Amino acid sequence: MSGVRVAGVGLTPFGSTPDRTGRDLFAQAASSAFEDADVPRSDVESVRYGNFMGELAEHQGHQGPLMAEAAGVTAPATRYESACASSATAIRDAVISLRNGESDVCLVGGAERMTNLGTAGATEALAIAADDLWEVRAGVTFPGAYGLMAQAYFDTYGGGRVDLAHIAVKNHDNALDNEKAQYQRAITVDDVLSAPPVSEPLGLYDSCPISDGACALILVSEEYARANDLDAPVSITGSGQGGDRMALHDRDHLARSPAADEAAQVAYDDAGITAEDVAAAEVHDCFTIAEVLAIESLGIVDVGDGISAARDGYTTADGPVPVNLSGGLKAKGHPVGATGASQIAELTRLLRGDHPHSDAVDGETVVAHNAGGTVASCVVHVLEVGR
Amino acid sequence: MTDDAGSAGFDDWMDALEAGDPYYIECANGHGSLPPRRICPECGEQSLSEEPLPDTGTVETFSTVHVPTPAFQDDAPYVTAIVDFGPVRVTGRVLDVAPEEVEHSLTVSLTSTKSETTDDRLIAFEPV
Ligand SMILES: [Zn+2]
Repeated sequence: MSGVRVAGVGLTPFGSTPDRTGRDLFAQAASSAFEDADVPRSDVESVRYGNFMGELAEHQGHQGPLMAEAAGVTAPATRYESACASSATAIRDAVISLRNGESDVCLVGGAERMTNLGTAGATEALAIAADDLWEVRAGVTFPGAYGLMAQAYFDTYGGGRVDLAHIAVKNHDNALDNEKAQYQRAITVDDVLSAPPVSEPLGLYDSCPISDGACALILVSEEYARANDLDAPVSITGSGQGGDRMALHDRDHLARSPAADEAAQVAYDDAGITAEDVAAAEVHDCFTIAEVLAIESLGIVDVGDGISAARDGYTTADGPVPVNLSGGLKAKGHPVGATGASQIAELTRLLRGDHPHSDAVDGETVVAHNAGGTVASCVVHVLEVGR
Repeated sequence: MTDDAGSAGFDDWMDALEAGDPYYIECANGHGSLPPRRICPECGEQSLSEEPLPDTGTVETFSTVHVPTPAFQDDAPYVTAIVDFGPVRVTGRVLDVAPEEVEHSLTVSLTSTKSETTDDRLIAFEPV
C-alpha cells in the first residue's frame, strides 16, 4: 500500500465576492495548488470536487467536469456532496485511490458560492442539510439545530454562553495573521455575548459567516513524489469516516457527535496513532458548540471538558493542543464545499513551517475534522510530517 | 418547497395528527421510527405496524429561533424543541408558553399549527 503526499495546496481568499462564479473561484485555487506543487496538469488522473449548494446558488449541477475544465485539467471528474463535509469526503476517496495504486496524482478540493443568495437564501440553502420532512418543515434552521445541541450540552454537561464565547474569541485571534481569512479582526467575550441572538443560546458571533471561496489540493502517491523528487514532506497517514441518523431527534446523543467518534477512531487506527499524539487540529466549528463536540470526539479532551477548553487556554495558540490555528470556520469563513479541503491546506502549511502559526505546533501529527449537517456525516484525516 | 405532489406517508401522518390520532412506526423488534418507512432504520426489519403515540412527552432540548428560513419569515422568533415521546422523539414548535419558560423536562402534548408565513401546517407542542 502506498503512502499519500500533499504535493501542493491552493486557497482563494474566503469572504464575500457575490459576483464571482464557482468555476472562477476553483480555477484560482487550482492555479495556486499547481504552482505550489510543481506538478504538471497533464499528470492529473482524476478530479474530485466537493460542493453542496451549487444547484441553488448557481443553477448548476454536474459540476465535476466543469471544475476540471476550469482548472485546465483533462481527467475524469466527480462532484462529492456530503453537506459541509463534501470536500473531506472527496479527499478520502482520493486517498483510497492513491493508496491502492489506482492512480498517482489527484486534483482534489471544493468550492462554494453563497453570498449571492443573501442571508435568507443562504439560510434556506443550508437548511436542506437537515431532514426536509421532519426538521425543515418544523422550522429547524442550521443554526437552530446547533442551538438545540448547545442547549442539550448545557443541560447534560454544564457550561454556558461565556464558555462558548471564548471559542469565538480564540478563533478570531488565530485568524489575525491569516491573509485568506474572512475576518482578520479581534473580538471580545462581551462582543460575543452582546451580539444579536440567531438561535438561542447561539448568537451572531457564535456562528460562522456566509462565505464564498475555494480550495484545491494536489495529492500524489509516495512513489510519484519520490520519482519526481517532489518537495512534499507532509503525508495523509490516516482517513476515517463516520455516519449517524439524519435527523437530530433520531440520534442516541443530542449533546455528542458519535459519527465523529467513529471517524476519529478509524483514522487514528489507520495512521497508528492515539489522541495523545495529536499536536494540533483543524475542526469544524460552524458554530462555537460544534468545536466543543469535535474536540471531545477527537479525544483531545474528555467528554464534558470540551466546553471549557478554550477558556482554560488548552486549545489556544499558546496552549498544549491548539485548535483552529487558521481561525476555523468561525473567522476564516465557511464556503461549505471548500471547508474540508481548506483544513488540509492549513494543516499542511502548519507542518511544512510556512504558516504564520507553525511555531505553535509542538509535534509531527495533526488532525482535520470535517462534519456534515448536525454530524450525520463526518470525515477525519491524520496528517504527519517527516514520515 | 412548491411541491404540489405532496409527500405520501408524511402527509398521512400530519392528517392523523390533525385528527388527533398521531402514531409512530414500530418494527417487530420494538424499535420506533417516523414514516414513511418500509424498513426499520435500527435493525432492517420489514414487518412494521402503526402504533398510537403516547399522549404526552417531555422536552429534551429547545432553541428560540430568531433568524428563520424564508418559509418562516413572519413566524420568528419561535421556539423549536425536540420532545421525547418514548418510542420516538419529534421536532416541532412550542406554542403558548413564553420562550424563557421552556425548559428541559417540560411536559407537553403533540398538536399542529399553521405557519404564519405560508399557512402550511407544522408539528407543534402545547404545555399540558
Ligand atoms: Zn427494528
